[in-house]
Amino acid sequence: MTDTQQPDTQNPGTQKPGTQKPGTQNPGTQNPDTYDVRETPVSGRTSTVRVPVGDRAWFVQRRTITLVLGCAAAMLGLGFVGLSYGTSWATPGEVFGALTGLEPSVVIAEWRAPRVVAGILFGAALGVAGAIFQNLTRNPMGSPDIIGLDAGAYTGALLVMTVFAGASMTVAFGSVVGGLVTAALVYSLSRSNGLSGMRLVVIGIAVNAMITALNNWLVLRAELEVAMAAVGWNSGSLNGIDWDDLILPFAVLSVLLTVAALRSQTLHQSALGDAIAVSTGVPLERQRMLMVLVGVGCTATVTAVAGPVAFIALAAPQIGRRLAKAPGIPLLPAALTGAVLLQLADLIAQMLLAPVSLPVGVVTTAIGGGYLIWLLAQEVRRR
Amino acid sequence: MTSAPSANPPTASTARPVVLAVGVIALVAAGAVSLAVGARAVPVGELWQALADFDPRDGDHLVVRDIRLPRMVLGIAVGAALAVGGALIQTLSRNPLAEPGILGVTHGAGFALTVGAALGLAGSAISQLGLGVVGSVLATALVYAVGRHSTLRLLLAGVAFSAVLMGVSLGIRLTSPDALDQYRFWSVGSLAGREQTDLTVPLVAIGLALAGALVIARSLNAVALGDTVAHTLGADVARVRTVTLLLITVLAGAATAVAGPILFVGLIVPHLLRRLTAGSVPWLVGLSALVGPILMLVADTIARVLLHTGEVPVAIVTAFLGGPMLIWVVRRYGAGSL
Repeated sequence: MTDTQQPDTQNPGTQKPGTQKPGTQNPGTQNPDTYDVRETPVSGRTSTVRVPVGDRAWFVQRRTITLVLGCAAAMLGLGFVGLSYGTSWATPGEVFGALTGLEPSVVIAEWRAPRVVAGILFGAALGVAGAIFQNLTRNPMGSPDIIGLDAGAYTGALLVMTVFAGASMTVAFGSVVGGLVTAALVYSLSRSNGLSGMRLVVIGIAVNAMITALNNWLVLRAELEVAMAAVGWNSGSLNGIDWDDLILPFAVLSVLLTVAALRSQTLHQSALGDAIAVSTGVPLERQRMLMVLVGVGCTATVTAVAGPVAFIALAAPQIGRRLAKAPGIPLLPAALTGAVLLQLADLIAQMLLAPVSLPVGVVTTAIGGGYLIWLLAQEVRRR
Repeated sequence: MTSAPSANPPTASTARPVVLAVGVIALVAAGAVSLAVGARAVPVGELWQALADFDPRDGDHLVVRDIRLPRMVLGIAVGAALAVGGALIQTLSRNPLAEPGILGVTHGAGFALTVGAALGLAGSAISQLGLGVVGSVLATALVYAVGRHSTLRLLLAGVAFSAVLMGVSLGIRLTSPDALDQYRFWSVGSLAGREQTDLTVPLVAIGLALAGALVIARSLNAVALGDTVAHTLGADVARVRTVTLLLITVLAGAATAVAGPILFVGLIVPHLLRRLTAGSVPWLVGLSALVGPILMLVADTIARVLLHTGEVPVAIVTAFLGGPMLIWVVRRYGAGSL
């Protein structure tokens, strides 16, 4: 993902004098006003790092590098704890043995490892889906859980549970169908000579409210046991995931995330406004269609396996951009934050009422929301 | 607002009294229909007699006086409270998507109710009402404490805080079937059976808050233009904002505590009226207080007659009335018009 990077051959105005290629510009005639403020060296440190790639170079924000390293360390640490934690703690030696295959352990390699991998992958997917929708709609409220995709998936699952009394495979199928139908409905209602971001959010909220009312009613009419099961499914859970459950989602999500990474530059261009996006060469309609597909695909895939894990898609992009101090809503910090957030939430969900494992969605809403509040409070204090 | 009303204010201001008159007539009609229609149909002549010349031995009269009349009053109060609450929060936050639920009112009430049910405190209707009010007031106070410096932050804090409350109460409900059972009935807003409790306190609270909203609406006119302009015009922005938020909490908190969460009335009614009132907050508030009850009464009547098997909760009807209306407004006038 290249969203916080800028090729230095494109815009001489953002170049530092020290990294200027000889012959491209005459330092004597350059107007100092054209320097980007961020690039001005302050007390010997710059906010960006130059990474040469062939005959070009990328400027990467220092902050981004710190964030990537920090999140990677957090993921490794949490992953390690996740592998060790269970009804009986595994020693670090046992974990390494199981990972390298020297000391086979079914519990670690077959039960705990898939859960850790699912936490990282699903968290990243939800974070990216949220960032995509928030970019497209230019509104922090424009995340998949607000515009009805989760509610639609729940309707699908509820209908399967209450009307057809279906098993878990059919519930997964029902949820994907429900999510896709809702997405198609919201998208087609929002389109009339072009797609407006704000209109998408409002129509999404309208559709979401209708579907939520329907869901509540279905729960109300159900037997208490079915209602308990349905509410449990709706809170999202990584309980009992194994490698077989992960092969298909892994394949789908890697394709979708690659597409998102490749298109991230144009995503940020279109976030500047329709006019600027078109005049800088973004094929706007095609871009939007593609990104909506990627976002819906990410959400639906995760929902089918784990149920709707609420709030990651809303909170991760917002937390990520504050951590990265980014002006827009970049994809990479959103993905990293989402992964760390879901992993952490899953660990807490396992530990909180041990030996009972809570649905992770209960914790994601609580932590994600709490952290967002804390960030907002920090911003208030800094003023 | 894109074109006509702002460019052509006379049209809007001459239309307002007409709308007011039509609204009053429609409200009376909706009230009469809501008294007459239900599981037991009451003829219109009988209706008038029940109100003017009450006979306690007549079954029709009993139904009208003891069940339908309190329910109609409740519907009017809840509809007006939600619609005016929505008009205030949308004006204050300058966000067309805002509705009272966003300040944490709904989830605060739901959280308090879940905790109460898990502790075995939410047995009676009165204790549910009390829990709902306490929860929504506390939640809104916390949201306001975090987000008071800017409206965007207020909205974000509301969403975040609602999510925290939702997560925690979901956890409680999943471990306590009793709490889930009580919550799932409360969580679908309805007027059915809620008219049988003592409604004096919530109705008086809603009435006072509605009057307060009409008083503060003039000052909100200035605040709606932006903080700087409002300061220049001599408005005490901080005080107006605090009082308005207090009113919104009382309105939405009382309505939610009584009837459960009813979405969309607070969102759609101000939307429908915004073009008509052309930026005049007092008119927006006044007409909202008229149109909200109409929507509520119509929805409640539909809820009673829709299915033969029993009543549909009114919140589902408002969602399916309000949702398509909102979609139509957005598609007809564009999102920029909101």
